[in-house]
Amino acid sequence: MQSLTNRNKPVDRAPMNFWERLYLPEIFKGMIITLRHLFKRKATIQYPEQKREFSRVWRGLHVLNRDEEGRERCTACGLCALACPAEAITMEAAERELGEENLYREEKYAAKYEINMLRCIFCGLCEEACPKDAVYLSETVAPADYARKKFIYTKEDLLIPNPVTEPEAYAKAKGLEPNENRLTGKR
Amino acid sequence: MQHLEIQPQNIKLPEGSIEKQTTTLNLGPTHPATHGVFQNILEMDGERIVSAEQTVGYIHRAFEKLAERRPLYQITPLTDRLNYCSSPINNMGWHMTCEKLLRIQLPKRVDYMRIIIMELARITDHLICNSVVGVDAGAFTGFLYVMQYRELVYEIYEEICGARLTTNIGRIGGFERNFNNTVWTKLEKFLDEYPKALGELDGLLLRNRIFMERTIGAGPISADRALNYGFTGPNLRAAGVDYDVRVHTPYSSYEDFDFIIPTGKTGDCYDRFLVRDEEMKQSLSIIRQAYQKIQEFKGPEAEVFHADVPEYYLPKKEDVYTKMEALIWHFKIIMGEVEMPKGEVYHCVEGGNGELGFYLISDGGRTPYRLHFRRPCFIYYQAYSEITKGSMLSDAVITMSSLNLIAGEMDA
Ligand code: SF4
Ligand code: SF4
Repeated sequence: MQSLTNRNKPVDRAPMNFWERLYLPEIFKGMIITLRHLFKRKATIQYPEQKREFSRVWRGLHVLNRDEEGRERCTACGLCALACPAEAITMEAAERELGEENLYREEKYAAKYEINMLRCIFCGLCEEACPKDAVYLSETVAPADYARKKFIYTKEDLLIPNPVTEPEAYAKAKGLEPNENRLTGKR
Repeated sequence: MQHLEIQPQNIKLPEGSIEKQTTTLNLGPTHPATHGVFQNILEMDGERIVSAEQTVGYIHRAFEKLAERRPLYQITPLTDRLNYCSSPINNMGWHMTCEKLLRIQLPKRVDYMRIIIMELARITDHLICNSVVGVDAGAFTGFLYVMQYRELVYEIYEEICGARLTTNIGRIGGFERNFNNTVWTKLEKFLDEYPKALGELDGLLLRNRIFMERTIGAGPISADRALNYGFTGPNLRAAGVDYDVRVHTPYSSYEDFDFIIPTGKTGDCYDRFLVRDEEMKQSLSIIRQAYQKIQEFKGPEAEVFHADVPEYYLPKKEDVYTKMEALIWHFKIIMGEVEMPKGEVYHCVEGGNGELGFYLISDGGRTPYRLHFRRPCFIYYQAYSEITKGSMLSDAVITMSSLNLIAGEMDA
């Protein structure tokens, strides 16, 4: 076959020489490599006692965000459900009544918001689609469970703790420094 | 009590049955070398394979059909699941196909960033393939040593896109976010340490007599037959044809890079191993060149990570929260309501194991009218029965892993 380019370089396929034919020298060479590894630092970690840190932009379990005053941010615009390639999100919108301003940030809110974690492929497109900074993927991985039903996360499962009443739990759930921008991953 | 044991002479064959000289053996779908998803029905004469019949479709997920109902950006997660050993290449290939259709020109820096990611993916793909050839030949250790470096590459992906295997990395028009410092430090660490690990893998396998005798002459294919089947990528190059999409139809500024195309002679497992081995070294050199080129950008150019295409690339989040125009674009893009040109495009990239092509027909609607993935594994698998015929059963397993048959890609 003639060459198609001038970048062609045949690989080195030399037949076995005498030492390689003897078989043992090569085996010893291999043994030395494995022995050296015996004294190297272990690459494994002792899960679950030890856990590796995820990156700040890790796409884990979803969280529904609240604003600083503890109001739900989601306005049930449906963009996340539309952007979801796995069709994992369903929601029902409702109108905010008078006197609920401390609960919902916008005039329309999600009365029901469900994510089916068995359908979800953790692609992160919902987070990207949300125009209200309401849904984002946290640094936790979805836990295992026994029943299929338990994987349909309702709004109550997804909502982040209230920053006004439980500031510590909120900070922990968010896992972010103040003013950190999740989407750019800047620290 | 009756004696229950059945005596062979008492077994009665049904009327009209013929006694066979060969044994039928199912290699797969639950054989570990077939990943639990493809089946080979082998006719065996002792240890020799008389004929082989391949079956596909165990994990067919109808991606091409699914894609007809999805806006372009939602198809990226589907491409993750083709060749999952190198999903970033699939993602990038898909983005480039869209960009070709939408006529988006990318800044050089984005091209180079893509090249870094694609070459990293190629390395992980090849290192899995090569070390698994070792595993199938009975050498498990090398696999574990190089796996640590795949881990490092995955950490790099994780910093950029937030996931490790099913990456969904990049967007149409660029990247979702700029590479942060952790990415660059991890990349430097990888460039620094990986050649040593590769050296170890070579030390364990390359000139080892057992490995050589197991792989030399196993599953060979001639250049002619390979071309007739439509082989591409490392498997074709191992047969002696120096065809590489990166050189013949350069994309993403591959023309700016210097690298050689390693070729084999006989197209057997050993040649494929050597070709992949050399390609990893070439990829490392490409990454080094790209990294250097990226560092040469100064000023505002050094921060570019996407093309300036407000019609297709999502506006910044801060703007979406505060500015009306950005919000409108945001809605339009997410809902897939931006204008799509009509037309047909074919774009191919050098995937982890061959020419990965995307053939996209758009009728101007919000989703593709038709999308076809040219999946190299599917093509290699057609040749499987021919190249294993007459060989030993153990060679068939090694051939399967050295062709790098990945079921996700084969079945789409
Ligand atoms: S992460 Fe992806 S699949 Fe999961 S809910 Fe969000 S958009 Fe849907
Ligand atoms: S989570 Fe965001 S995208 Fe989804 S409905 Fe609520 S506001 Fe809209």
